[in-house]
Parts: sequence; C-alpha cells; structure tokens
Amino acid sequence: MNITTILFWFLTVLAIGSALMVIVSRNPVYSVLSLILTFFAISGHYLLLNAQFLFIVNLIVYAGAIMVLFLFVLMLMNLNSESEPSRQKWLKFAGTIAGGCLLLVLVAALRDVDSKSTYALVNAGDSGLIENLGKTLFRDYVVPFEISSILFLSAMVGAVVLGKKE
Amino acid sequence: MMLLSIDLTFLLEKAVLISAVIAISLVAAMYSTWMERKVAAYMQDRIGPTRAGWGGLLQPLADGLKLFMKEEIIPNASNKFLFVLGPGLAMMTAMMTSAVIPWGKEIHIGEKVVSLQIADINIGILYIFGVVSMGVYGIMIGGWASNNKFSLLAALRGASQMISYELAMGLAIIALLMLTGSLSLRTIVEQQSTGWWYFFKQPLGFLIFLVCAFAETNRTPFDLPEAENELNFGYHQEYSSMKLGFYLFAEYINMFISSALMATLYFGGYDIPFVNDANLVNSWGVNAVAALQIAALFGKIFLFIFFFMWVRWTIPRFRYDQLMNLGWKGMIPLALLNMLVTAAWQLYRHA
Repeated sequence: MNITTILFWFLTVLAIGSALMVIVSRNPVYSVLSLILTFFAISGHYLLLNAQFLFIVNLIVYAGAIMVLFLFVLMLMNLNSESEPSRQKWLKFAGTIAGGCLLLVLVAALRDVDSKSTYALVNAGDSGLIENLGKTLFRDYVVPFEISSILFLSAMVGAVVLGKKE
Repeated sequence: MMLLSIDLTFLLEKAVLISAVIAISLVAAMYSTWMERKVAAYMQDRIGPTRAGWGGLLQPLADGLKLFMKEEIIPNASNKFLFVLGPGLAMMTAMMTSAVIPWGKEIHIGEKVVSLQIADINIGILYIFGVVSMGVYGIMIGGWASNNKFSLLAALRGASQMISYELAMGLAIIALLMLTGSLSLRTIVEQQSTGWWYFFKQPLGFLIFLVCAFAETNRTPFDLPEAENELNFGYHQEYSSMKLGFYLFAEYINMFISSALMATLYFGGYDIPFVNDANLVNSWGVNAVAALQIAALFGKIFLFIFFFMWVRWTIPRFRYDQLMNLGWKGMIPLALLNMLVTAAWQLYRHA
C-alpha cells in the first residue's frame, strides 16, 4: 500500500458513496451537495492520473459554477418533503427498466475491451500537464478549438438577448 | 522513516508547515479585528479599545471568549445539519488558498532543505481560482439553512455578487499569465525578485484584481450580503455564538489571504524590496534571509489589510444595481481591454 493506492481507494469509495447519496437522499439540496462531493472525488482521480488541468477545470466549472446555479434554483423553488409530488408506481418501474438497459449497454461495451493495454498510467505520464495540453490544443486542434469557442460565444450572446427586457 | 511505504518525514514536514500556516492565518485574522477597531477609531477621531491589555491588545481574546460563552441557538425551523455545516465551509474555503502561497524561499534545518510553501503545484493560480469559486457555498448554505427570508435574500445576493466579480478577476489573472508564462506562484515570485514587480507591468490588471478582491471578501463598499439597513444582519442573521464568530472570522481570513495573494502576484511576494536576495543569501545565510523574506511579505500583507480598512471607513456602500453595473459593465470590459492590450504587447515583443 503506497500513498497513491490509499488515495485511490479513498477517492473511489467517496465517489461511489456520494453518487449513491445523490439519488437516495430525499432532500434535493442534499443531492446537490453530494453531487459536488462526487465531483471532488472524480477530480481527485484526475489528479492521480496527472491530469492537473482537467482536475482544476472540473472543479471550477462543475463544482464552482454549474452547481452554484443548481443550488440557486433549488433554494428559490422551496422544495420540501411535503410539497414533493408522490411518484407513481409505473414511473419507478419505467425508470428501473431504462437504467437497466443503460447498464446492459455499458457492460456489453466494456466486456470486450482489452483492459490490460488501456490501463491509465497512475501517477505517471505528462500528457495532462497544462503546458503539453495547451501545445496540443493550439497546434494540432486549433480549428476545432476556435469553432467551439465561437459556439460558446453565440450561446452567451443568445442568453443575453433572451434575458434582455423588451 | 517509512511505514506502508509512506514517507513519514515528508508527511511530518508538511503537517508542521500546514499547522504553522493555519495558526499564523488565524492569529493574523484575530489581530486584524483589533487593527480594524484601532484604524476605525483613528479615522473617526477616537482612541479605540484600551481596557483589555496594553493598548487593547488582548481585545481579540476577550471577543473570542465572549463568542464562545454565548448561548448557541439553532432555530427550530432550520435545517440543522446544513446550519452547522455553513460556517465550517466558510472557514474551510477561506483557509484553503493558503496552501499554494509561498511564504518564503526555503530554510535549512541541519542537512534538510524545507521549502516554505505547502504545495508548489504547477496550476497554482488556477487552484486559487477554483477555491475562490467554492467560497460561495459557505454563504449560500448558511443563508438557506437558516430558513429566514432575509438570510436567503442576502445569501443569493452574496452568491451572485461573487460569481459576477469572479469573471473580471479571472480575466485580470489571464493578462498576468501572459507575462509570466507560468501558473506556479513560486515561479511568479522568482521572476519578480530578479525583474520588475508585476504591478508596474500590469497596473490596470492589479486595480481590477483589487476591486474584485474587495467584492469577493464582501468588504465595504461591496458588503451587500450583510447590508444591515436592508437585510437586518444579512446571511448570518440567525447565527449566534461561535458559529457567528466563524462567519465574521472567515471574512478576516479571506482578507488576509487575498492580501497575501495580491502581494504575491503583483508586489513581488517574499522578495525583499531594493535588495538582491541572492547576494544577501551569500553573506547572511539562508535562514536569516528566509526570516527577512517572511517579514517583507508580512509587511506587504499588512499594508494591504490597512488599505482594506481604510476603504471600509471611507467609502459608503454601493446600491445593489450599482454593484452589478460596475461588475458587468465596468470591470469585465476593462479586464477584456487589459487582456487585449497585454496580448498585443506580447505579440509585438516576441514577433
């Protein structure tokens, strides 16, 4: 057991446990907070893979920005256990079947993967460091990068236009 | 010393360093409250606290004791778990940034070289940005869990204020990054000890960063989340005893840490002004220079903290729409302009 292994198991248990809490807990605010914890655990895994940029961007974008907006909405909607509509039986049934189908597809897809050759390098490799990532992004993938940034810009402009009063 | 193939000396070194940094931040924050009273008194032509200890120096201890002794009230209608979690989160996010700030170069203990920085990660600035974006949760969770409409309103205000000013702050940092070419705070400080401080190369960026730091720490003139004339007492209205103390204290720690950050990014960090640190090491030895560097950094930090207080007792609070207008229509375009000019200058210089 070295420190990486310990961290790996700790983060794994944390990620799975908090992900379960997201769907199990009754209070939606708890769900959001558990989801934030899940993002933290997954970011920790990125760090173990030496993908530092991905680690911090995951935290800034998901845990820091998107989940704050989630919390905003939940807090303003005033969701209590009393006001929560009771879910119908067939809805639960349909949900179970849909989830089971997704699990089936995932298992089928991952079954044939040659896992030995595609193991991620834990605590090694430098492809995730910010300098290498930047060089790859701006040398080899400049056009897709620029196109996606234009997409983001147009989405932002669209949001501003929609939000503006007449 | 190895146990389970873990390097225990490394763990011990870091644990000592982390405890020291936390203790220093807490003491600095504690004495900032004393300093704030004294500065406020001076600006209003009073003398401030004098009774507890010489010049009122024991006043922070008395305040802390008072907060501990007070009755702790948890409202019946509140969400108990989140109500307790809120102040803790506020405190934690306030402390986390200190992990990447270099407090000095290094000290030698016998054969061992100890770096005076908890973690020199090569994404230091992004880490700070990440922690800053977490700072919202303490306020939001505390305000919502209180189950009080004023608290909730204040929490929403606080959160939207912090999100708005984070953007301009990030853009100001991007302009700085174009000059440094590195995200590691230690590298940035080293560059400044040999060359010019980045304040002289990025004055506009520094100004934007400063204003955003005021907004992020919820200090006057941006203390809208606790605007007492509109929202009674803001997001910590339902809190009492040390939980209230944690919220108030987190503000001072935030102030201390953001002062340290401004000193590190724009004013040379632990670089001793007007002195070539490398030459000084040869004549004075490593440890003495490290002590001087820490003193230099703390001098800069306390100048910034004084500035925070000076502004608080001089400038009245903004109205909420003025705050949002300044953030979105003033700071962000200015930061974008700063970024464009910096980019053009870098392009011209390297072309």
